[in-house]
Amino acid sequence: MISVNGISKKFGKQEVLKDFKLSFDTGNSYAIMGPNGSGKTTLIKSILGMVLPDSGEILVKGQSIKGSESYRSSIGYMPQIGRYPQNMKVGQLFSMMKDMRPEIKNYDMDLVEAFELNKIKDKSMGTLSGGTVQKVSAALAFLFNPEILILDEPTAGLDPIAVEILKSKIQRERKAGKLILVTSHILSDLEELTNHAVYIFEGKVFFNDTIESLKEMTSEEKFSPAIAKLMQWTLKKKSTTYELTHA
Amino acid sequence: MLKLLKYALYDILKSRFAIIYTVFLALVAISIYQVSDDLSKVSLSLMNIMIMIVPLISAVFATTHFYNNLEFIELMLAQPVKRSQVFLSQLFAVILMLSLSILFGFGLPMLLWGADSSLITLLAVGVILSAVFTGFAFLASVLTRDKAKAIGISLALWIYFSLVYDGFVLYIIYSFADYPLEKATLGLVMLNPVDLGRILMLMQLDISALMGYTGAFFQKFFSSNMGLFIAGGTLALWMLFPNFFALRVFRKRDF
Amino acid sequence: MIWYQIRIMKRYLTVFLLLLFLVSTAEGFSTVIRISPGQSIQEAVDRAMPGDTLRVAPGTYPQSGIVIRKSLVLIGEDYPVLDGEMKGNVLVIAADNVTIQGFKIINTGKSNMDDSAGIKFFDSKNCVIRDNILENAFFGLHFSNSSGLTIIGNQIHSGAVREFEVGNGIHLWKCKNSFIGNNEVSGHRDGIYLEFVTNTQAKENLIQKNMRYGLHFMFSHDNSYIRNTFKNNGAGVAVMYTKNVLMKENRFEENWGSSAYGILLKDISDSEVIGNIFLKNTVGIYMEGSSRIEFTGNTFRENGWALKLMASCDQNTFKANNFTQNTFDMSSNGSVVLNTITENYWDKYEGYDLDKDYVGDVPYRPINLYSVIVEKIPAAVMLWRSFLVTLLDRMEKILPTMTPDQMIDQSPKMRPYDIG
Repeated sequence: MISVNGISKKFGKQEVLKDFKLSFDTGNSYAIMGPNGSGKTTLIKSILGMVLPDSGEILVKGQSIKGSESYRSSIGYMPQIGRYPQNMKVGQLFSMMKDMRPEIKNYDMDLVEAFELNKIKDKSMGTLSGGTVQKVSAALAFLFNPEILILDEPTAGLDPIAVEILKSKIQRERKAGKLILVTSHILSDLEELTNHAVYIFEGKVFFNDTIESLKEMTSEEKFSPAIAKLMQWTLKKKSTTYELTHA
Repeated sequence: MLKLLKYALYDILKSRFAIIYTVFLALVAISIYQVSDDLSKVSLSLMNIMIMIVPLISAVFATTHFYNNLEFIELMLAQPVKRSQVFLSQLFAVILMLSLSILFGFGLPMLLWGADSSLITLLAVGVILSAVFTGFAFLASVLTRDKAKAIGISLALWIYFSLVYDGFVLYIIYSFADYPLEKATLGLVMLNPVDLGRILMLMQLDISALMGYTGAFFQKFFSSNMGLFIAGGTLALWMLFPNFFALRVFRKRDF
Repeated sequence: MIWYQIRIMKRYLTVFLLLLFLVSTAEGFSTVIRISPGQSIQEAVDRAMPGDTLRVAPGTYPQSGIVIRKSLVLIGEDYPVLDGEMKGNVLVIAADNVTIQGFKIINTGKSNMDDSAGIKFFDSKNCVIRDNILENAFFGLHFSNSSGLTIIGNQIHSGAVREFEVGNGIHLWKCKNSFIGNNEVSGHRDGIYLEFVTNTQAKENLIQKNMRYGLHFMFSHDNSYIRNTFKNNGAGVAVMYTKNVLMKENRFEENWGSSAYGILLKDISDSEVIGNIFLKNTVGIYMEGSSRIEFTGNTFRENGWALKLMASCDQNTFKANNFTQNTFDMSSNGSVVLNTITENYWDKYEGYDLDKDYVGDVPYRPINLYSVIVEKIPAAVMLWRSFLVTLLDRMEKILPTMTPDQMIDQSPKMRPYDIG
C-alpha cells in the first residue's frame, strides 16, 4: 500500500533519514517507534507530503506521491497536537474538511457520535479544551473512511473514556482491513493497537516485523521489555547499525 | 481554492485583530476629519498614516498570522489539496482582511464627510501597500522557522523601505546635487513601493506646486499615460514578486 | 452759540452757491459736440476747440486710430462701443487735461511691435480716464511719459489664451503723480505694470486671473498700494529695484503654481508692508536682495511657504504678524541672518507661557530642517512627507543643528493678533 523506496532527508547538516526503505501493507497496523530525533516524525511527514525528501521516492497505492495531492484523500491523519483556526466553529471545520473531499459522500460518524461532537458544533475552536480538540482531530481522521490512517500520539491528552472509545475504533478499522500507522509513547497502547513493530534508529529501520517475532527474537514474553531490549541493542551497536528482519 | 479562501477569510475576519484594526483606522480618520477643514489636509494627514502605519501593521500582522496558523497550514497540507492553494488562500485572506479594514476604516468616514480623487488614490495605495508588505511578511515567514526571526525580518524590511532607503536617497541626492537628478530620483522612487505610493498620492494633491522643478517633472511623468502605466506596472511587480517568491519557497518547504 | 454758527454757515453757503453758478456758466461757454453712430469721431475731434466736450451717443463706432492732440472731454453715453476691428490703437492721446469717460473699447490690434492699446497716452498731463470698459484689447490703458493721471473705475478684461497674445491691463512708463483706483483687470499679461513711475498710488483695484503678474513694477519709487486685491494671477505679484514703497491692507490670494508668489520682492528697500493678507499662495512672500523693509500686522494663512527669505536680504523686520496653517512658515538658503523676527504669532509654536504674559517663554524656530535641505538640494523634495523627513524635523526641534541660529522669534505670541 505504501512503499518508501530509499528516501534520504537532511535538515541542515543533520541527516534524519538515510536511504530509508520500508513498506506498509494493507490489513496491518504498524507501531512506529524510535527514540526522539530518530526520524519517525520525518517519515510520517514525508508520507503525508509535508516534508519533501532529498532523494528516493514514496509510492502510495503504487503511485509516486511527488507533485501529487489526490493520494491524500485516502489518508486520514490525526496530528499530535491539532491546532485549528481560533474563530472557526466546530461545525464549520467539519464542513470545510468535507468541502476538501467533495468526491466522498459516505461519512464515518462513529467518533462524532461517540464523542458527542454535535453538541459543540456551534462552539469556536479557540474555546475548546485540549482534550476536546483531540477528539475533533480523531473524528476528522476517521470521517472519510480512509484506507490509510496515520495517528500521531492518538491517545495523548484524551480522558480515559475517550481513549477507550478511540482504541476500540482503531481496532475495528484494523479488522476492517485498513492500513494503520501509529506512533505513541504509551507502549501498552501500541501493543493493543498494532500487530507490527517498526523501530527506527538514526534514520534507518532497525527492526521491522510482527510483534510476535519481536518477542521471539528478544526472548521476552511481553511487549515492553522486548522494546527495552531492542533499545539496548541499538545502544551497543551504535557504530554499526544494521537492519534486523525476520529471515 | 475558493473553498479554502472562504474558510480562511471567515476565520480572519472574525478575529479580534480585524475589528481592532478597522476601528483604529476609523478613529484616526474621524479625528482627522474633525480637525482639518479641507479635503487636501485630510488627504495629507491620512497619507501620513497610510505611509507609516499601514505597512508596519501589515508586515507584523501577516507574519504573526502565518505563524499562528502554521499548525493549521500543516493540517491543510495533509489534506488532498495543492500546496499552492493552501498558501494562496492564507495570503489572500490576509490581504483581503487588511484591505477591507482600510476600505471600511477610511472609506466610511469618507462616505460620511466627502472625498475626492486623491482620497480614492489613497485607498488604492493603502490596499497596494498592504499587499506588498504582506508579501514581504510571508516571504520572511517561509524563509525562517522561528516566529521572532520572521517578525524581525519583516520589521527590518519595513524600516528599510520607510526610513533607511529614504536616507540613502537623501545621501545620493546630496552627493550628486550638481547633476540633473530628476530621472534618477524617478528611478529611485520606483525602487521603493512606499515612496512610489507616497509620490502618487502627492501628485493627486495640488500641493505638488510646492515641489518645484522636481515636482513639475514628476507631475508631468505621472499624469502621462506612459507614466501611469509604468507606475502601475511597478506597483504590480512590487505586489507580485515577494508573493511569488514566497509561494516558490512554500512549495519546497518542509513542515 | 448755535444761532451764531448757523448764521456763519448760511454765509458760506451763499458764497458756495454763487461759485457753483459761476463755474457752471463758465462751462457753458465751452461747446458740447454730440456724435452719433455713423459719424467720425476723428473729424469731430479735429473740429473741436480745446476745452470742448464731445458727447458720444450709444451705438457702435467701428473706428480706430483716433488721435487727440488738444484738451477735450470725451464722454460716452450708455457705453458707446469703439470697435478697433483688430487694427492698431483705438484712442491715441497726446495732450493735457483730457477726460475719457464711459466708453466701451473693444478689439485693438494684437501687435507687440507698436504695443496696440485701447487708450494710449503720450506726454500728457492731468488726464482723467474713468468708468470705461475695455474688452479684448492687447494693452488696455497704456501711458508713457505722462503725469497727473487719474485712472479710476475702469474694467479691463481680455479673453486671450496665451501670454504672448496679450499685453498689460494698465501700463505706465515714466509717469508720476498719478492715481489708479477701483479698476478691475483680468486676462491680461500683467494686471498693472509700472516702470519708472513715481509718487503714484494704486488703491482698491481688483486684479485677478492675469497671465503673468497681478502687479509688476520696476524702478518705481515712492509709490503706495492700498487695499488692492491680487488674486489668482499666473505668477502672483513681482516688484523689483525700487525703494520707499508702501503696501498696506492688500490681499494676495490664490497665486498657486510651481513659480507663483503672493509677492516677489527683488531689490526693494526702505519700504513698509503693513496689514496685508497672504492667503493660499505657493509662496506668500519671496524676497531677495531686499533691505530695510518693515513687515507688520500681516496675515499669512494657508500658504505653501509663508516666507522665503534669501540670505541676500538684510535689516528687514518681521513684527506682529500672524502665521497660520502654512505648510512651511519660513525658509532660507543661508545661515547668516541679519533680519529681525519678533513678536509674531505662529500656530506651529509648541512652547509654553508660564508667566501668562501671552508671550511664549521659549523661542520659536520658524525654519524647519527639511525646508533648509530642500532649499539647498531641490531634488530632496521627493522625500516630502516621508517618515524620514518627519523624523528629521522632530529631531531638529529637540536638538537644533542645521537650521540658522539667528532665525528665531525670541518672543512668539501665544495668541493670534486680531487682524484680517
